[in-house]
Amino acid sequence: MSALTDLTIAEARDGLAARQFSARELAEAHIAAMAAARPLNAFLVETPERALAMAAQSDARLARGAALPMEGMPLAIKDLFCTEGVLTTAGSRILDGFMPPYESTVTAKLWQAGAVLLGKVNMDEFAMGSSTATCAHGPVENPWRRPGDNRPLVPGGSSGGSAAAVAARAAIAATGTDTGGSIRQPASFCGIVGLKPTYGRCSRWGIVAFASSLDQAGPMTRSVRDAAIMLKAMSGHDPKDSTSAPVAVPDFEAALTGEIKGLRIGIPREYRLDGMPGEIEALWQRGIEWIKDAGAEPVEISLKLTKYALPAYYIIAPAEASSNLARYDGVRFGLRVPGRSLDEMYENTRAAGFGAEVRRRVLIGTYVLSAGYYDAYYLKAQQVRTLIARDFAAAFERCDALLTPTAPSAAFAIGEKQDDPIAMYLNDVFTVPVNLAGLPGLSVPAGLSAEELPLGLQVIGRAFDEATVLRVGGVIESAAGFTAKPAIPPGGD
Amino acid sequence: MALDKATVARIATLARIKLPPSEQEHLARELSTILGWIEQLAEVDTAGVEPMSSVAAMRLPMREDEITDGNCRDEILANAPEAAQGFFTVPKVVE
Amino acid sequence: MAELIQGRTGAWEAVIGLEVHAQVVSRAKLFSGAATAFGAEPNTQVSTVDAAFPGMLPVINRHCVEQAVKTGLGLNAEINLVSVFDRKNYFYADLPPGYQISQYTRPIVGKGKIVLDMPDGSSREIGITRLHLEQDAGKSLHDQHPTLTYVDLNRAGVALMEIVSEPDLRSAEEAGAYIRKLRSILRYLGTCDGNMEEGSLRCDCNVSVRKPGGPLGTRCEIKNVNSVRFVMQAIEHEARRQIEVIEEGGTVEQETRLFDAGRGVTRPMRSKEEAHDYRYFPDPDLLPLTLEWDWVEALRRSLPELPDAKKARFIAEYKLSPQDAGVLVGEQASADYFETVARGRDPKLAANWVMVELYGVLNRLSLGIEQSPVSAEALGGLLDLIRDGTISGRLAKEVFAAMVETGKGAAAIVEERGLKQVTDSGAIEGVIESVLAAQADKVAEYRAGKEKLFGFFVGQVMKATQGKANPALLNELLRKKLAG
Repeated sequence: MSALTDLTIAEARDGLAARQFSARELAEAHIAAMAAARPLNAFLVETPERALAMAAQSDARLARGAALPMEGMPLAIKDLFCTEGVLTTAGSRILDGFMPPYESTVTAKLWQAGAVLLGKVNMDEFAMGSSTATCAHGPVENPWRRPGDNRPLVPGGSSGGSAAAVAARAAIAATGTDTGGSIRQPASFCGIVGLKPTYGRCSRWGIVAFASSLDQAGPMTRSVRDAAIMLKAMSGHDPKDSTSAPVAVPDFEAALTGEIKGLRIGIPREYRLDGMPGEIEALWQRGIEWIKDAGAEPVEISLKLTKYALPAYYIIAPAEASSNLARYDGVRFGLRVPGRSLDEMYENTRAAGFGAEVRRRVLIGTYVLSAGYYDAYYLKAQQVRTLIARDFAAAFERCDALLTPTAPSAAFAIGEKQDDPIAMYLNDVFTVPVNLAGLPGLSVPAGLSAEELPLGLQVIGRAFDEATVLRVGGVIESAAGFTAKPAIPPGGD
Repeated sequence: MALDKATVARIATLARIKLPPSEQEHLARELSTILGWIEQLAEVDTAGVEPMSSVAAMRLPMREDEITDGNCRDEILANAPEAAQGFFTVPKVVE
Repeated sequence: MAELIQGRTGAWEAVIGLEVHAQVVSRAKLFSGAATAFGAEPNTQVSTVDAAFPGMLPVINRHCVEQAVKTGLGLNAEINLVSVFDRKNYFYADLPPGYQISQYTRPIVGKGKIVLDMPDGSSREIGITRLHLEQDAGKSLHDQHPTLTYVDLNRAGVALMEIVSEPDLRSAEEAGAYIRKLRSILRYLGTCDGNMEEGSLRCDCNVSVRKPGGPLGTRCEIKNVNSVRFVMQAIEHEARRQIEVIEEGGTVEQETRLFDAGRGVTRPMRSKEEAHDYRYFPDPDLLPLTLEWDWVEALRRSLPELPDAKKARFIAEYKLSPQDAGVLVGEQASADYFETVARGRDPKLAANWVMVELYGVLNRLSLGIEQSPVSAEALGGLLDLIRDGTISGRLAKEVFAAMVETGKGAAAIVEERGLKQVTDSGAIEGVIESVLAAQADKVAEYRAGKEKLFGFFVGQVMKATQGKANPALLNELLRKKLAG
C-alpha cells in the first residue's frame, strides 16, 4: 500500500506544498486504495474520473501558489449528502436512482476549499442505526477484526462507511452526520477521530434530513488536527438554513496549542454505568490521568438526567423523522411501486422502499405525535430535553470541557444485537445527550480493548467552543499515542 | 403501553406504509417493547418546564421578497418516476 | 336582526362561521424564492424546496410576515409578538413534503373584529378568532387523463392567511356581507387582491342550525367555495338541508361537504372513514417567529385609511348618507375617485354622478374604476360646467356619454356640439312665443284650467332649443307668458 494513503491531511498539505507529490498522485493512490477496500463495502459509488478531474484543478492551483485549505484532499462523502449529478440514496432503496440537481452546502464548501470527491459511502438507512447494518446496499465491514477471528465486525453507524473508508486508508478523510452519535460512535469503533460540531455550526441544507433538531454534519479524520482543518472548511452560516448559526468561524487549527493547563475537565458520574465493561472504565481513568498530567483539573460533576436522554431521543428523533420522511412517496423522485390508487401507491412504495429499522422509527414517530399521545410523549420528551440542556449548562459553570467514554463497548460482530432494537439503541448512551443539548462532541481513539479493537474517549464542550474541545482532544491524542492500524483487507491478504 | 394489532394497523395507515397482517403481530410486540422502555420518561418531574423549541439560540431569520428560484421545470421533473406534459402524474384520485 | 328560517316545526336560526383563505400579495412564496404569479406554465414556478426534495429547508419571507401583521392590524386584532410554525402532517399528491407548514397553537394574529354594513343601514360586529400564515398546496388536475391525476406544484408554498371568524354570522346574507367587507379591507391594505375567480380568496363555511336560544347544533364544513354568490347559496342550502334532516327525526352528521355549484347543493366529500390526525408539532426547521413591538407599531402607522374610518369621515365631511358612503368606500379606488370629484364641489352631486352615472357606464362596459374612460378630474370638470350654468343637468348626461365615447373633456364637447345652455332671456322668450303661437288651442285649454299642459309647453320649448334652454329661466318666462 502506497505511503501516500498513510498521510494525514496536515501531512499531505505539507507534501503538496513541498512538491513531494502531486494532487493527481494523491488521488490515484486513494482511488487504488478504494478499489482494494471493496470487500468492506464502504463505497456505494466510486467517482474516480471526477476525482482526477478535481485533482487536476488542484494541481493547477498548487502550481500557481494558490492552494486552498483542503487542496487535493481525496474525501469519501456519506451518502446522506446530496451531491450534484452523483447518486444519493441515504442508504435506502426508496431513493433508488436519485440524482440531486443541487450540491449540499457542506460539500460545496469542501469543493470550494479544493477537496476532491472519491465517492459516496454507505450508511445506516436514513442515518437510523449504530451499525450500518441497515444499509439497503448491504452492511459495511469494519476494517478491524478480532485477531484470529474471521467474523466481520460492524464499523458502527450510521456513518459506518465514512469511518471504515478512513480507517482503511481508502480516503484521507470523510464527512459524516451525527444525530445521536453517528459520527462519534463509528469513529470510536474504527479507531479514528470524529467530531460532531455545535448544532448550527455547519449547514444542514442539502443533507437528507433525519431529525432536524439533532442532525449535524462533521469531519471524520485520522487526527485531531485534520478534524480542525476540515471543520473550518465545512463550517459557516448558510442563509438557506434557518437553523444555521450566524456566528464567525474561528481558525480551529490555531487552537491546537497542546496547552490545557488550568482547564477544568468535568467527569460526569452518571456516565459510569452499571455493568459497564471494566476496560471502558479503565480507559476513562487513563484519560483522566492524561489530562491531569497536562495540568488540567478533573472535576466530578453530575448530569442527573443522563439516563433519560436515550428515551427522550427515541421519541424526538423518530417523531421528526416520521414527518421528514413523508416526502418519500414515489411521486417526484426515487422508487415508485405502482398501486391502483394514490394511497395504495404510497403504501406499496414506502413498504418496499423503507427497511425494518426505518419503518420501526417512522411508526413510533407517527404514534407519539398522534392524537392523544402528543403531551405524554413528544411534549414530555422536549421538556426533558430542556432539563438535560440545563444539566450541561450548570456543569459548564464549573468546567470548560467534559471527558467521557465514547461508546459502551468496542465493535461487535455483524449480526449481533440485530434482533434487539433497544440493545442497539444503547450503543449511543454516551453520545445522545450531547445532541439533545446541541453541544460539540469529539471522539479520539484512545486505546485498544482486550480483543485489540479500538476504543475512543469523548470530549464535550460548550456551544461553539469546538476550539477547546479540539485542544483537549489533541492532548488526549498525544498522550494516547494510538498508532494501531487495521490490516487491509481485513484479516490480511 | 402495549400496542395491539389494530393500533399498529391504524398507525401504518397514517404513515402510508403497507403492513401485511402477518407482520402486524410481530411489529406490535416490538413497538410495545420500545414504547415501554421509553415510558420511563414519566419518572422525570417536568412541572413548569418549557419544552425545548430549539437548541439554536437565535431568532428566526427572514428573507427578502425576491424571486430567486423556480423556473427550472426540467430539474424539478428530472427524477420523476412518471411525468407528462410538464406535470407529475399519479394514479387518479377520486374526490 | 337576521331572519330566521321557517321549518315545519317552527323557526330556526343558522349559526355560521367562515374560514377564509386569502392568498398573500407577494412576489415570492412564503418559504421559498419561487414566484407566485397566477397562470404560469405548470411546474415553472417551483423550487426544489417547494417540491420537497431531500435536504431542502424553509426560510421565511419577511414581506409575507408584514402582510399578515398589516391584515391583523386592519382587523383590529391582537398581534402576537411570538408565534410558532407547526407542521400539519397528511399525505396528498399536491402536498410534496407530506406536511403543510402552518400555525396551530400560537398564530401570528389573535382576536379581532369586522363591522358589517347591512343593506338596511344597520351595522353588526363580527368577531375574528385568529389569523395565521400557512403554505398553499399545489393543484391536482383529475380531468386531464382517464386514469391519472396531473400534479402542478406552482401554487405549492404560496403564502396564505387563514382568517377564522367567530361563529357570529346568522344568515347567508350576513356571510355575503362579511366576505365583501373582508375582501374590501384586504384590498385596501394591499395584502390580498381578493380575486375569487383566480382563487386568491377561498372560503370554508361552517354551518349548523338551532332553535333560537337553544344549544348549538352539529356543524358541517363546506369546503373551498370560491364566490360570494356560491357562499350564500351553499349556506342557504346547507342550513335548510340540516333543518330538514332534524325535522324528519334524523341527526346531522358532522362531516365535510363540497358545494356543487351546478346543482346548487352540498354533498359529502368522498373521503376515508378515519378522521384526519394531523399530528401537529412545531416545525424543527424553523424557530419561533419573534416580532419587535416597534416594528409592529411602525406598520400600524403606515396603514392607509381603512373603509370604516373612511366611511365615517365621508359621512361627517361630505354629509353623505351611510348607505351612499358605504357604497363609495367599498373599493379604495372608488373612494379616491369620488374624493377627487368632490373636492371643492357639491359632494352630493359628486356622489350621485359617481354612483349612478359613472357606475352605470362601468357596469355596462364591464370595467373596473381603474379603467374608467372618464377620469375623476374630467368628471369634476363636467360638474363645474353644470354648476356655473354652462349646461343644464339634463344635457350634462348627454355630454357625459360623449365623454365616455370620445375620451374628450366636457368643455371641448360642449364647444364642439354647441351645447351651451341658453340663458339669454330674450332668446328663450322668442322661442316661447313661437311655440305658444303654434299651439294656440292648447294655450287656450291651459288658460281654461288644464294646468298639466305646462309640462307639454316646457317640452316643446326644450325641443326647439335642442335642450339648451336654462330650465329655471324657461319656467319663469313661460309662466309669465302663459299668465298673459
